[in-house]
Amino acid sequence: MNFDIALLLIQDGIVNGALYALLALALLLVFAVSRVMFVAQGEFVTFGALSLAVLQQGSMPGTVWLLLILGGLAFLADLAVAWKTKRWEGLRGSALLNLALPILLGGLAYWLAPLKPPLAVQVILAVALVVPLGPIVYRLAFQPLANASVLVLLFVAVAVHYALLGLGLLFFGAEGWRTPAFTSFRVSVGPMLVSGQSLLVIGSSAVLILLLTLFFNRTLWGKALRATAVNRVGARLVGIRTEAAGRLAFALTALFGALSGVLISPITTIYYDTGFLIALKGFVGTAIGAMVSYPIAALGALFVGLLESFASFEASALKEVIVFSLLIPVLLWRSLKTHHVGEEEEE
Amino acid sequence: MTAMLEARDLAVAYGKVEALHKVALTVPEGQIVTVIGPNGAGKTTLLAALMGLLPAKGAIAYQGQSIVQLPTEERVALGLSLVPEKRELFAPMSVADNLALGGFARYRQGARDLDAKRAKVYERFPRLLERADQLAGTLSGGERQMLALGRALMAGPKLLMLDEPSLGLAPRIVQEIFRIIVGLKDLGVSILLVEQNARAALEVADYGYVLEMGEIALEGPAGDLAQNPRIVETYLGLAEGH
Repeated sequence: MNFDIALLLIQDGIVNGALYALLALALLLVFAVSRVMFVAQGEFVTFGALSLAVLQQGSMPGTVWLLLILGGLAFLADLAVAWKTKRWEGLRGSALLNLALPILLGGLAYWLAPLKPPLAVQVILAVALVVPLGPIVYRLAFQPLANASVLVLLFVAVAVHYALLGLGLLFFGAEGWRTPAFTSFRVSVGPMLVSGQSLLVIGSSAVLILLLTLFFNRTLWGKALRATAVNRVGARLVGIRTEAAGRLAFALTALFGALSGVLISPITTIYYDTGFLIALKGFVGTAIGAMVSYPIAALGALFVGLLESFASFEASALKEVIVFSLLIPVLLWRSLKTHHVGEEEEE
Repeated sequence: MTAMLEARDLAVAYGKVEALHKVALTVPEGQIVTVIGPNGAGKTTLLAALMGLLPAKGAIAYQGQSIVQLPTEERVALGLSLVPEKRELFAPMSVADNLALGGFARYRQGARDLDAKRAKVYERFPRLLERADQLAGTLSGGERQMLALGRALMAGPKLLMLDEPSLGLAPRIVQEIFRIIVGLKDLGVSILLVEQNARAALEVADYGYVLEMGEIALEGPAGDLAQNPRIVETYLGLAEGH
């Protein structure tokens, strides 16, 4: 390996690492707020990427059907609860989120897709189609289990992963998609030729991470999410509904997933099952941050990107093995460093 | 006088063990009502049930409206606030943020006066203003209690429930906390005060209940209870040393 190749690998690693960082932060956010180790995060990546690819063909993506069906189920679930408790107040909000919004977005996609709108509109539409899936999946799979243990929630997340994976195969088919680069812009930095797409990925990730930080530190809703993560009872006592916090966290995680998918689709060919592996690498970053630290998770994810990039050059057949083997020393180091705490420990 | 809060036949069970049995309790508007009793009598359970943190059987009416079905968050939005025994602060967040979040229920209902409300809390607890940027987890016991109280006040409660506000605090701070409680009553807030420090509680309260083994053993105007020989012997005799 010479210097030029190393530079190229570093560039590659940083681009992938930036995307893994987005996913690591989203995973951490969902875990902190709802205690769900959200294995199905990768499906949001896939749906974002494939929705954009299908829109670029001028067709309506299958995400619309997914949204309509799951939204309808979520509304029925709310209806059943309202029927049982005879409390109807929450139903209007549920109808808006689970019925009206999917129908509106579906209509938009149906109308806009054949017109082949500009790329920016396609990107926004693709992401907008995925984001409501976050709260809807939360409503269907996790909200009824608010008091379950972390382990049960993990199993449910695995089940959700397989369900969404199957639905992805049904609605998008088995072939791989790759979207054209957002920009053909290239710039040389020293000896290195940096593509506009790489800069776009790194820049977007940085902006999104900054926005998330501002959201957490400057807005009351952001602080409410942190409060829920820190002390569930305290949060309820000031009027923060655990379900509302969960919905918001899942919407954010779907947003981050879909955006990563849209950003990665010109770099990698995406199949219906590609997202899982991508999100898993984000998870390694989260594990390096011990499931608590946002900055360490982001840096850990960046490191995973770099490691993967060098591994794929040196031993391409073993690159996944090398990346995921990283978990073992990380977990050993983490468990030796911190004393064991029970999951229900408070304060 | 209308009742702020009225509980009838209130029962809470942990599995098959009944922690509260047919408790009846009334908090009249604008008064301080205290519940005293030994450790493990079910005082904290009673407050948790009234706040909706534990599922309860029986009737709970708040300003004449049944709230027994409502989740905790909606009871907060209606004007009930609990300062729990464990304080339940947001330890890694600043004092200012803890207070701001105290107003979350009102913020969600459209109120945008959180800064003004917080300024009022700072007026009442100047100590919290000095500590505004400090993390809640680094405060002393007395400051934590003030923060918990301040956070509850941010919700603009009509009924404030306090669980052992004097627990683990130095006598001088206990006095200050009780002075603040009386001050809140003068502002028209109804108060349900659970205390082991029966002497201090009966001094400030209008009416008192004695909870023993999950049942109301005795009730009456606070002045009468303070004279009752059984109360004096069981709860007041030792309170001097606290």
